[in-house]
Amino acid sequence: MRIIAILLTYIFINNFILVKFMGLCPFIGVSKNSESAIGMGLAVSFVAGTASAVCWCVYYGLLVPFGLEYLQTIAFILVIAALVQLVEMVLRKMSPSLYKALGIFLPLITTNCAVLGIAIINIDEAYNLLESFTAGIAAGLGFTMAIILMSNIREKLELKPVRRSFKGVPIAFVSAGLMALAFMAFDNSLLANLHLA
Amino acid sequence: MLTAIISAFLVIAGIGAILGVGLAIADKKLAIQKDEKLVALEAIMPGANCGGCGFAGCADYAAAVASGKAQPGLCAPGGKELADKMGQIMGVEVKMEEKKVAFIFCNGSCEKTRKVYEYKGLQDCNAASILFRGDNGCKYGCLHLGSCMSVCPEEAIYRKEDGTLAVDASKCIGCGKCTKVCPTGAIRLIEDRTKYVVACNSHDKGADVRKLCDVGCIGCKICQIKFPGSGFTVTDNLACSSSECDEEAAAKAMEACPRKAISARR
Repeated sequence: MRIIAILLTYIFINNFILVKFMGLCPFIGVSKNSESAIGMGLAVSFVAGTASAVCWCVYYGLLVPFGLEYLQTIAFILVIAALVQLVEMVLRKMSPSLYKALGIFLPLITTNCAVLGIAIINIDEAYNLLESFTAGIAAGLGFTMAIILMSNIREKLELKPVRRSFKGVPIAFVSAGLMALAFMAFDNSLLANLHLA
Repeated sequence: MLTAIISAFLVIAGIGAILGVGLAIADKKLAIQKDEKLVALEAIMPGANCGGCGFAGCADYAAAVASGKAQPGLCAPGGKELADKMGQIMGVEVKMEEKKVAFIFCNGSCEKTRKVYEYKGLQDCNAASILFRGDNGCKYGCLHLGSCMSVCPEEAIYRKEDGTLAVDASKCIGCGKCTKVCPTGAIRLIEDRTKYVVACNSHDKGADVRKLCDVGCIGCKICQIKFPGSGFTVTDNLACSSSECDEEAAAKAMEACPRKAISARR
């Protein structure tokens, strides 16, 4: 039950992009076409999920026993950076075209605050290992959903008559704002109504 | 206190070391086979990343050549030497384009030309050009604000003592960036072996040029008619030089030019 509640929380209620406003850089930067948006979303999901699990282990296995909780940010960033490097190598090997399409945004997952954010939230919420991993995956899926929605909107917008001053990124920002507004409809009453809270 | 510092150091260093070793192993396992030709091409590129070839940088051009989308020999900084090497790697015959360098087709300076107003704006040729095409009376000449200097990747364009600009041909790699930024078109690429050049860009009639400038070409055709073989031809009120010329005749034409508009390079 709690797992489902966590999934719903981070995909809809606390969607990282549209509600918490984390990870906006790739959200605008890679959402021009849906193919690379899906790739980016999956890469972030993978990094967020594994980073959550590994960071949880690092925190409770290394930092707490030594009384070094205050180093969590540095330790987490180390882990995330290494994971992103790993993802980059795997992508370069498996899918060179996606690797090229993601370009600079792939290494920039390192500094994507959504990934560090979920790792820190896991600690703050005192989740256990499985819950942390789920929360990481859920945050990544929420990101993926938002970026895919956005890329579809932007692909449609390309064909619409948009004023020249609004063409491109400005109209994308306006759309993102409206999407965020729509996502305010999800709140904790969703969990209560489903008897998950 | 000290133990806290040491344990913090050891823990973070330990995490870093483990991750580093892991990544090193992964790098070996996941290494991709790069095209041998591409690796060889990338190794010999000059690395100036000037973009003169029309690609985003040296690596991009190397990739294009390796995949057969581009010809070797487009690289101006590498010159013939590089083109031959690239041809060897790709196993093709290379036709090298002649080395080109930038040249400023204007000898005007403050003393020699008349200005129509005093420009006190942004020190940029394109900004000045927006206002009545610059402060020069002559609308074809160099504005002397040095936009070409700021885009030159090799710092080959310098300012002489009289405030005019000149190109150091030995440093110029012929990438052509200056020719794109210049609003008047006074700086253009010429073949490097050209020895005598008419350093004027004005297509105005002789009388108009005379009013605005002491050193502009007035299209009098003395060089063309009196010195056949000098390679100078006058079209549209402006003499143009040619790289195919009799140097003696061209030198005499330079002496005879009433406006001293012909410059000898080197």
